[in-house]
Amino acid sequence: MCVCVCVYTIDKIVTISRSRLQKMLVMNTIRNSALRSGWLLNSLRKQSPSITTRTFSLGLRLGQQQDTVNVTFVRANGQKIKATGKVGDSLLDVVVNSNVDLDGFGACEGTLTCSTCHLIFKTNDYEKLPDKPGDEELDMLDLAYELTDTSRLGCQITLTKDMDGLEVQVPTTINDARAA
Amino acid sequence: MSFSLNFYSIRKLLNIKRSKAFITNSVRLQSVQHAAPIKRICIVGAGPAGFYAAQYLLKQLSDCAVDIVEKLPVPFGLVRFGVAPDHPEVKNVINTFTKTAEHPQLRFFGNLTLGTDVSLEELRERYHAVLLTYGADQDQELKLPNEQKAHVVSARKFVAWYNGLPGAEDLQPDLSGRDVCIVGQGNVAVDVARMLLNPLDSLKSTDTTEYALEALSRSKVERVYLVGRRGPLQAAFTIKELREMLKLPNVQTLWRAGDFKGIDADFAKLQRPRKRLTELMLKSLGEQSTKSATESRKQFLPVFLRAPKSIFDRNMEFSITELQNNVAVATNATEQLPADLVLRSIGYKSSCVDSSICFDVQRGQVFNQRGRVLKDAKSQIVDSGLYVAGWLGSGPTGVILTTMNGAFTVAKTICDDILSHSIDTSAPRPGLDISGKRVVTWAGWQRIDQAETQAGKESNKPREKIVSVPEMLNIAGV
Repeated sequence: MCVCVCVYTIDKIVTISRSRLQKMLVMNTIRNSALRSGWLLNSLRKQSPSITTRTFSLGLRLGQQQDTVNVTFVRANGQKIKATGKVGDSLLDVVVNSNVDLDGFGACEGTLTCSTCHLIFKTNDYEKLPDKPGDEELDMLDLAYELTDTSRLGCQITLTKDMDGLEVQVPTTINDARAA
Repeated sequence: MSFSLNFYSIRKLLNIKRSKAFITNSVRLQSVQHAAPIKRICIVGAGPAGFYAAQYLLKQLSDCAVDIVEKLPVPFGLVRFGVAPDHPEVKNVINTFTKTAEHPQLRFFGNLTLGTDVSLEELRERYHAVLLTYGADQDQELKLPNEQKAHVVSARKFVAWYNGLPGAEDLQPDLSGRDVCIVGQGNVAVDVARMLLNPLDSLKSTDTTEYALEALSRSKVERVYLVGRRGPLQAAFTIKELREMLKLPNVQTLWRAGDFKGIDADFAKLQRPRKRLTELMLKSLGEQSTKSATESRKQFLPVFLRAPKSIFDRNMEFSITELQNNVAVATNATEQLPADLVLRSIGYKSSCVDSSICFDVQRGQVFNQRGRVLKDAKSQIVDSGLYVAGWLGSGPTGVILTTMNGAFTVAKTICDDILSHSIDTSAPRPGLDISGKRVVTWAGWQRIDQAETQAGKESNKPREKIVSVPEMLNIAGV
C-alpha cells in the first residue's frame, strides 16, 4: 500500500520537475495525468491487491518497457513525430508528456469541450479501437477542421498494449504550411 | 521503499543533466543573437486571441518581448466574461494562458485602455509591431421602433451581467414575466436560454455572480422562445449546446412540426455535422408527443422562419419567412409571440477605439488582409506593423478553436514579416512607459485571482468574481 502511494507521488514529482524544462507544457494536464496515474494504480489495486502487482507497476516505470506503447504522430507535411506512452494513457497524455510539438493541442485538457486534439486514424486502426465514439465526442468532432470518417479525439483514446506502433495523422496545423 | 527512492534519484539525476544541457543551449542562442535588438510586440486585448497569439510569438521568436495591454484590470476576456458559468471545462484554456503570461518575456498591463490611456500612435512608436485583439463589445441591432425600451435587453449585456463584467452589474433584467423571447439562434442565444431555464441549484456551484443568482432565484420565467429567421437546416447553434438543452431536468423542448416540412428531401445531401444536428432535432421532435405528459413547467420553444417585425410591450410580431436560396424572405403573413422580456442575440460588432484604425463601420470590424491591417480600404495597402486577430478582425463567429487558429495564423504572419524584414526591426524600441499609470501587472491579477478564489470557497464556488474596478485595483495594490 505504502509503496503504491509512494510511486504515485514520485511519478508526480518527476512529471512536475520535467515540466520545468518543457516551457510550453500545459500545466493542468500534469494534474490530469497525475490523476490518471493515480486512477491507474487504483484500478490495478482493485484488480489484484497483491504486492506482486505493485512491484510490477514499479517495474514498468523503471523502463522495462513491458507496458510502454509507441505512437507516431504524422503531421500534414509528412513529418513523423515518435512518442512513447504507457498503457492507460490517453493520446492527449502522450502529446503532453512527450512534449510533442503541436500548438494548441488539447485546449480544454481532455474535458470534451473542444476539438483541438482531433486525430485521424487509418481505417484498420480505427475499427480496432476498443471504444466507439460517444455522442459527446462526435458532437465535438463535428466542429473540427478536416473531419473524416476515421476521426477521433485524442483525449478519448486510451492506450492498450496492442496499439504499439500506432500511427495517427494530425490535421493540418498552421506550421505545416511553412515546412511543406 | 528504498528501491523507489533509488529510482527517483536516477530520474532526478537525469533531469539535472537535461536541464544543464538546456541552459547551455539557451546561452548559446542568446550570444548568437545578441547583436539584433529585441523585437517588441504589443498585443491590445487579453482575451483568447491575444493570449494564443502571444503563445505563438514567444515560441517562434526567440528574441522577442510581448506586452499585453488590457482595458480591464483582469485578463482572459470572453473566457471570463462570455463562456457560460455552467461550462467550467471550457475555461481550462486559462491554464495555458497563465503559462504564457508567466513567460519571462511577457508583461501584462491591465487597466490600460487604448484610445484613452494610451494612443495607437504611441504604441506604434514604442513597438515594432502592434496586434489588435480587443474583440467585439457592441451589438448588432434589430433597428426596430421600441428597441430602446427597458424590456428589450441585449443578450450580450445579459451574459455580461451574470458573468460579472464591470459596468454590467446594474442591468436588472425584469424576470417577473412568464415569457421570454430570444431573437437569434446562435450559441449565445442558447446559453442565455439555458441560464434562464436551468434549475438554480445547478448554478449555485458555478462562478455566476451572487447578484445574478439572487435575481434568477426570483425569476418567474417559464417559457423561452428561440426565434430564427431561417429554417432548421440553417440553425446557428451547435449540437453540443442543443444536446445540453435537451438534457436539462424539468425542461420540455417543444419544436413546431411545420418548421421541419420538406427537410427530408435535403437530408441526404447534408455534411455530417449538419446532418447530426438535424437528426437530433428530428429525434427530439419525434419524442415530444410521447413526452408531453411530463410535469415540467418550463418550456424551451425553438421557432424557425420568423423575422422580427415589431416590438410591443408584452409581445413581439414576426414576419413569416420563406427560404429563397438560403435567404429568409419575409411574406405578408405575421405571427405574434408573447414576450415579457426580449433578448436580442443577433450578433456582436466591434467598436473603433482609436480614430487612426482603418475601421469598417458597416460590419463593425477592422479592415485587414489575413490579419494585416489596411491603411486604406480602397487601395488595399497594408499598414506595416499593425495587425488584427480574433473577432475584431474576423467578425464575431466561431468557437475557441476558430479563434485559436486565427490567432496562430496572424502571429505567424507577424513572424514572417519580421523575418522577411517587411517590418523594420533594426533599431530598438523602448516598449510602453507605464510610469505614472495605474497599471495592474500579472502579480496584481494573481492577488485578485486569489481573493476571488478565497471568497468563492465560502459558498462552494470556484470563485466569487469581483465586479467593481476600484475594488480590483485596491486588491491588486495599485
